[in-house]
Amino acid sequence: MMQKTQTARDWTSHPSYRHAPYKSTALRAPSKPLTPLPEGLSELTGPVYGHDAVMGLDSDMTKNAAMNGAPLGERIVVSGVVMGEDGKPLPNTLVEVWQANAAGRYVHTADQHDAPLDPNFLGGGRCVTDANGVYRFTSVKPGAYPWGNHHNAWRPAHVHFSLFGPSIATRLITQMYFPGDPLFEFDPILGGVPESSRDRLVSEFSLDLTEPGIALGYRFDIVLRGRNQTPFESAP
Amino acid sequence: MSDFQNPARGQTPSQTIGPFFAYGLTPAQYGYGHLTAIATGSLIGEGVEGQRITLAGRVLDGAGEAISDAMVEIWQADSQGRYSHPADPGGRNAPFVGFGRVGTGTDPGARFLFETIQPGAVPGDADQAPHINVILFARGLLNHLYTRVYFADQAAANAQDPVLAALPEDRRGTLIAERVETPAGVEYRWDIHLQGDKETVFFDL
Ligand SMILES: [Fe+3]
Repeated sequence: MMQKTQTARDWTSHPSYRHAPYKSTALRAPSKPLTPLPEGLSELTGPVYGHDAVMGLDSDMTKNAAMNGAPLGERIVVSGVVMGEDGKPLPNTLVEVWQANAAGRYVHTADQHDAPLDPNFLGGGRCVTDANGVYRFTSVKPGAYPWGNHHNAWRPAHVHFSLFGPSIATRLITQMYFPGDPLFEFDPILGGVPESSRDRLVSEFSLDLTEPGIALGYRFDIVLRGRNQTPFESAP
Repeated sequence: MSDFQNPARGQTPSQTIGPFFAYGLTPAQYGYGHLTAIATGSLIGEGVEGQRITLAGRVLDGAGEAISDAMVEIWQADSQGRYSHPADPGGRNAPFVGFGRVGTGTDPGARFLFETIQPGAVPGDADQAPHINVILFARGLLNHLYTRVYFADQAAANAQDPVLAALPEDRRGTLIAERVETPAGVEYRWDIHLQGDKETVFFDL
């Protein structure tokens, strides 16, 4: 078989499927090992969503669901580069995000947390990376929220991210955290990530991204699987 | 814009989709109107040629319970075996996008339902039988899962398929959807089993 053109999923960076402290993994983690799959066109292709897939306010969650005013909370800008493992930026890549409101409440009907909804905030957004691989969202800082995993369980504040990259093989869903959160050490979802790569999910405060008088800036770069250095010999 | 010249530091780790993805990723299906849907359970539209089919199934956990907070994505070639992507030499101008996305939280039986077309065999993928690529996300899955679905009535093509052939014989059936004729048309039924005797084959790709 020819050498793969895409780098492998790095299982030293990703969580294991089964992580006992996160109880929902017990009945959902596959129990058999994954089966290797030779790379073909099915794996080298994936949906292409360009700038026509997003609209003007999609990336501004302080405005895209406003009914009669601005959402409550601390305004933030979240921005960074989406790149491959070789460090090359990935332009024209769709980035979708969703998050709780400033009180730690999701709009979703299944969220029963007794914290207020915000009539001016839904917390869903998306954008497409620019020619330099840069994405940028405006939002409010999400609140921590309790969940039923164990007694007194609270999720650290986070923003959910979904990315495609160049093919289905680069698909990634992850969560971005905020620096210095005291809940990190108690969170079994972040804790499922190997310690050596855990800090990659924590954004950095950035004064450069901070907008004077408007919003605090957080930088979060995202590294997707890349391409192998050696070109493959024949087209698949 | 700030300085974005930091070197890459390794793959960003995966995290679970969690239970509350609907208004961000599948807004139209769940009735949230602030974002248009980039993809839904319907892949067909005007100008798409091919045999219309429904792909329907459930995602079952280790206790055999259907999961109602999973998200299923499919990626497939058109009826002539072309992926709508620059890496496919035949696919650049194909009118069929080939990508669908549904959550399992709106169907009473927690099913995923896709309205699509029967994919053709992909000329570039030697000897592979027609199939649909599937990506699965759920609360409790810290990484997404990749799998594939083949079609039971294409037994001859399936018998030649190198991916199926490489699997233990008793696990091949986990990737093959059953064909059912319904008043609404051809439906393929295929459940995903996360654990147990019938555990679906998941791929490391
Ligand atoms: Fe969350």
